[in-house]
Amino acid sequence: MRYLPLNEDDRAAMLDRIGVSGIDALFADIPQEARLDGLIDGLPTHASEMDVERHFTALSKQSLSAGDVPFFCGGGAYRHFVPASVDHLIQRSEFLTAYTPYQPEIAQGTLQTLFEFQTQVAQITGMGVANASMYDGSTATAEAVRMAARITRRHKCILAPGLHPHYSKTVCTAVEGETVHIQAMDPAMGEDRTIAQELDDDTACIVVQNPNVFGELVDLAPLADAAHAVGALLIAVTTEVVSLGLIQNPGEMGADIVAAEGQSIGNGLSFGGPYVGLLACRDDRKFIRQAPGRFAGQTVDATGKTGYVLTLSTREKHIRREKATSNICTNSGLCTLAFTIHLSLLGACGFAKLAELNHARACVLADRLDALSGVEVLNTSFFNEFTVRLNGDAAKIVETLAKKDVLGGIPAARLFGGGPFDDLLLISVTETNTDDDFDALVTALQEAL
Amino acid sequence: MSKLYFTEDHEWLNVDGDTAIVGISTYAAGQLGDVVFIELPDTSKTVAKGDDIAVVESVKSASEIYAPVSGTITAANDALEDAPETVNDDAQGAGWFFKMTITDTSQLEGLMDEAAYAEFTKE
Amino acid sequence: MAMNSTGRPTAPAQPLDPGADLQTFSGSRGLAQVEPLLHKVGSPEKCGVDLADVPNHTARLGNLKRQNPVDLPGLSEPEAMRHYVRLSQRNYAIDLGLYPLGSCTMKHNPRLNEKLARLPGFADVHPLQPQSTVQGALALMDELSHWLMAITGMDAVALSPKAGAHGEWCGMMCIRAAIEERGELGKRRRVLVPQSAHGTNPATAAACGFDIDELPADATGRVDMEVLRRKIGPDVAAIMLTNPNTCGLFERDIREIADLVHEAGGYFYCDGANLNAIMGKTRVRDLGVDAMHINLHKTFSTPHGGGGPGAGPVVLSKRLRNYAPVPYLVRDGQSLALVEDEAQSEAKPFGRMSAFHGQMGMFVRALAYMMSHGSDGLRRVSEDAVLNANYLLARLSDEMSPAYPGVCMHEALFDDDFLKDTGVTTLDFAKAMIDEGYHPMTMYFPLVVHGAMLIEPTETESKESLDRFADTLLALAKAAKSGAAARFTEAPLLAPLRRLDETRAARSPVLRWQET
Repeated sequence: MRYLPLNEDDRAAMLDRIGVSGIDALFADIPQEARLDGLIDGLPTHASEMDVERHFTALSKQSLSAGDVPFFCGGGAYRHFVPASVDHLIQRSEFLTAYTPYQPEIAQGTLQTLFEFQTQVAQITGMGVANASMYDGSTATAEAVRMAARITRRHKCILAPGLHPHYSKTVCTAVEGETVHIQAMDPAMGEDRTIAQELDDDTACIVVQNPNVFGELVDLAPLADAAHAVGALLIAVTTEVVSLGLIQNPGEMGADIVAAEGQSIGNGLSFGGPYVGLLACRDDRKFIRQAPGRFAGQTVDATGKTGYVLTLSTREKHIRREKATSNICTNSGLCTLAFTIHLSLLGACGFAKLAELNHARACVLADRLDALSGVEVLNTSFFNEFTVRLNGDAAKIVETLAKKDVLGGIPAARLFGGGPFDDLLLISVTETNTDDDFDALVTALQEAL
Repeated sequence: MSKLYFTEDHEWLNVDGDTAIVGISTYAAGQLGDVVFIELPDTSKTVAKGDDIAVVESVKSASEIYAPVSGTITAANDALEDAPETVNDDAQGAGWFFKMTITDTSQLEGLMDEAAYAEFTKE
Repeated sequence: MAMNSTGRPTAPAQPLDPGADLQTFSGSRGLAQVEPLLHKVGSPEKCGVDLADVPNHTARLGNLKRQNPVDLPGLSEPEAMRHYVRLSQRNYAIDLGLYPLGSCTMKHNPRLNEKLARLPGFADVHPLQPQSTVQGALALMDELSHWLMAITGMDAVALSPKAGAHGEWCGMMCIRAAIEERGELGKRRRVLVPQSAHGTNPATAAACGFDIDELPADATGRVDMEVLRRKIGPDVAAIMLTNPNTCGLFERDIREIADLVHEAGGYFYCDGANLNAIMGKTRVRDLGVDAMHINLHKTFSTPHGGGGPGAGPVVLSKRLRNYAPVPYLVRDGQSLALVEDEAQSEAKPFGRMSAFHGQMGMFVRALAYMMSHGSDGLRRVSEDAVLNANYLLARLSDEMSPAYPGVCMHEALFDDDFLKDTGVTTLDFAKAMIDEGYHPMTMYFPLVVHGAMLIEPTETESKESLDRFADTLLALAKAAKSGAAARFTEAPLLAPLRRLDETRAARSPVLRWQET
């Protein structure tokens, strides 16, 4: 077995040194009736590197990958171009095969990049501070809600009509064991501003996604004012962080906490994971104390040299145990690194231009689609994703397009269940889409409608 | 004339009539190491003996502060929020946590005086 | 002959003494390069990505167009390569040396797995593509489920949890849902958790709304059965037990523990963090477990990546399988499908863990690892992991003090008794290991042992590597006992940085760079 260095001589010598007769003596504590004497049933024995690769390559070919076809799916995961240097760097042994940086003297690589990541996230969201990442955008949103309830010591949380339904369900599930009550408003496009009517003096927070799940842009400022007027917090959710290069950031619009999906920067689609959740908040001790996850902080070593450590760890489960702010242990380390490297390659100019390019290309496609009969673009504003009403069942049309090797978007019914959403399709456009892709989608839609 | 009491949870109370100033002992502050954060109770909060009402954190530990007796919180030492090191420097003086009025002074009877506490921490 | 008088000397000059104290002008020291923060080396106008021209368009941003420029440092590609390569060199890693972090399972990460995870049919598919177009990805998830169920003997698996703690929460929520369906949520409030448990266990139970009741360890480092018998009762929802436990010991009475909990109407949650010690040697089903998460990043060697991403699938018994969260996989004739909506489910899912289907990238790596080993190799993995740990336990016991008598499973636990009166603490000892070129072991965990040092070598260390490690630790222990305290209390002296001021970091947190 290529991954196991011991040979039979080693094993015999080691057993001898331990002073036992055979390997089974080391497993004697397993109850007799539960011991497995033979091999595990139903599994093949070991396989060579070449055979394993052959098997996986065959499996891989059974899916239609985004890069092979005109591709327009978004809905919380976006296909952007990731520079080759990003993937090379994150595969360096020292990043890939290191553990959580609990020994800061020999983990400055990880710690400094986390500190850079936290700073970048704070910068693009316009917030005071950011943590060292969460599992993904949906779990970051759930943690933000729990955090808001702790800060305000209130119990009600209102979810906007434009929040991604999977985020909504994740939040509801996450607070099931707690005293937080979720009021999820019925999904609807262009209704986010009505959320202010639901505020009361037990409201801990309102959760508003921008751009919302339909792609529509939402002015958060009046909602922040309304929330603050009754002592509640505004949690701003973003599933497409590239938008922050072109539209006003949540900090400018008065958000108190930001929860975002960072996958768009540096990370591939990967069928839904691993991704990287961003969590940023006001630079306020009360907020930071209640924030979940890890923080890297700057300090000095015994000789006065600048260095970084994991800090404020008394909030975490190692120490607080059942009183921890969250049970989270792992963050998204390597995805965080990919995010940081990609964003540093973009820089301010590149980030802004990437965002503008996404928006511009989405506008071009929206105009072309709007001109088709049987297709109506519903958004009054959007970033790189918009909703169209089709003259027909969107899920069926998407299947038809897929048979023509066009992945044409996400039927709204896939997210919301059926009913009033059956004819709605979410279409996302990024810098990866070519004019040929647009032609293919237009042609395929015309044929399908 | 005030009197100093100690609890088995290493808190001290300086009692004058039915009011008390509460903090953690010099011994406890030494055991915790460098104090980095203190969460103080809200003033005017009514507390029962044994409630956890505050938290003191060092780099590697977090400890609950319990209400030593029942009563009402009347003041919190806000200066600690910006200068938690005061607890290490002067635990039984400027490092006090909060002031309270005592509902039932008979609850003081089970507590230790300075000599008894010194004996208690020797064990 | 022709003499070349412009050559350079080829033998070293007499060494400068003391060379180690040489202060350089650049701050770098040979291969140890200094690298400032990104925000000091980058600038907003620099860019390492070429982007196409923006086409003519009528913007549709409402009134939300950004008014202020973004503030972000940028780097060209060569600058970025250098920045991050230099930073990487300030990290310890498995590929550099033995990484004996107990309970973290730092084993070799095969590069085949990295390659396969990047195949487009896994890496470049969207979670919400039509399911007819992702049958290969779904088949991979199905195969992974099959392997996990075969290894554990359990009846179902929930794949979506994104890490160990997320998996714990998933398993405990299944238990909560089952109790709720029985109408007993009001009365079954208590979850029993051993004091030796990882902090995530009580944090998870609390997050599910349960009260925590701690179980002490007995003199052998296992659950104190007398206390357990006393504490068990009709208000117990579950026990959360790590097995092998965090002391590196197999819970001998596990069957009786399971029976006691089941007879009282509760459930047995097993923390599967240490599955790597027993796979192929026993099946958790046969131990009476109802739910267990599996850390793919430990047992099945998906890389730790400096703190993630992980993956924490949960295997479930028949009693709990109905409550697994959405989305989950079902077979529909020849094809596979995901049930994504609770309303479409024929079961009673407790909810949804996250936006999509789980950590696909980790699934590929874990399955590649399992298939490479096969049923024979996985059993061998457990055996070698346990053998390596016991070999270290035997060798190190010459100078160090084992916390408990007898053999261990995959990790060896020591206390700080051997450092008594030396002026050296567990922390000092660990930091001295850094100077010797080793990552320290897990320290001060589990909490039930004074000054704990938990050493897990894993099966991917050779005997030669273990011997070098043992020789080093034995020499350090002897040095500590012979009064050489200074090399410990000052350590590390040879790492990129000396000990860091954590008090300062926590008292006045600096969590981001800011222009001064």
